[in-house]
Amino acid sequence: MTIYNLHIFDRNGTCLYYVEWNRRKSAGMSQSEEFKLMYGMIHSIKSFVSRISPTDLKDGFLNFKTNRYKLHFFETPSGLKIVINTDLGVGNIRDTLHQIYSNIYVEYVVRNPVCDLDKPITSELFQTKLDEFIRGLPFFPSRIN
Amino acid sequence: MAIFSVYIINKAGGLIYQFDHNNTRPELEKTFAYPLNLMLKIYDDKVVVAFGECDGIKVGHCVLGINGITAEGRYLQDGREILEVLSSAENYPINIKFGRQKLSTNEKIMLASMFHSLFTIGSQLSPEPRSSGIELLETDVFKLHCHQTMTGIKFIVIADPRQTGVDVFIKRLYEIYADFALKNPFYSLDMPIRCDLFDTNLQQTIEQTERQGINTV
Repeated sequence: MTIYNLHIFDRNGTCLYYVEWNRRKSAGMSQSEEFKLMYGMIHSIKSFVSRISPTDLKDGFLNFKTNRYKLHFFETPSGLKIVINTDLGVGNIRDTLHQIYSNIYVEYVVRNPVCDLDKPITSELFQTKLDEFIRGLPFFPSRIN
Repeated sequence: MAIFSVYIINKAGGLIYQFDHNNTRPELEKTFAYPLNLMLKIYDDKVVVAFGECDGIKVGHCVLGINGITAEGRYLQDGREILEVLSSAENYPINIKFGRQKLSTNEKIMLASMFHSLFTIGSQLSPEPRSSGIELLETDVFKLHCHQTMTGIKFIVIADPRQTGVDVFIKRLYEIYADFALKNPFYSLDMPIRCDLFDTNLQQTIEQTERQGINTV
């Protein structure tokens, strides 16, 4: 099992933070273009899901799978979106995504008086804490360390 | 346990078949006093709740009827405009029926081509080389299973998250498509499927899959 990359988007679609661990293929476009494509896809999936759903949704879109990877999605009521790509062996990691939000983002970005909430995150403390947290997860890589 | 709907999309992203199965969309009726404590707006020629969720009425629900008269778009069946009826005080107390609007054929075609492009973007954004498009999309109330054949036709099944045997069902669906659409001399490729044998066989298979799903639990 492994984790490929992580995106954090704010409510307006700006990519606040991006980090990758064991990614083996780039999307063949510039990073800013890739962020826009990723946000656009998430936004469309949300609207697609709410329209095609036979009943009312509570949490809405949770994750999708292809034959190579699995994308996990978590959104807070304020519109902050966390997107993690993992391989197929990973199950439901909604709790983990919620922990990233409540224990790391809120702790080290929201409570940091010098962090601007609508600008990309540059705080080193946040970056190291997030990296530590991800590397400590039970489903973090066996392949390339 | 249920299979909610089946979509078949051709290689260009056009919807060629759609089937809804036991879709019981929830409906809610409530009597209101003047003034109405909901904000309604016209969206896509329907009267939709924009603000003020209460008693199970959610944002996005639309007005399906007033005092037992069915709504047609933003008008009632008797020709009165819904927003006008709701704005005059003498019509109160008033009974309004809310619910999720059934998808129109146009919306289904639009959603199908939307999924077609999401499928492609899904494989483009892959962190691993040689990824396919979206095969399984999960939400809290349904799972969307998608199978793309070698020739680019997509079979999409929307089912309950607890429904088992959907992969087998999609394979069966492909067989039914091959047997009753492709082998039909009057069927032209990539065109909408209108064939009774296809319909009846599909329905049988759906019912069979649902029954088996119950047995394995």
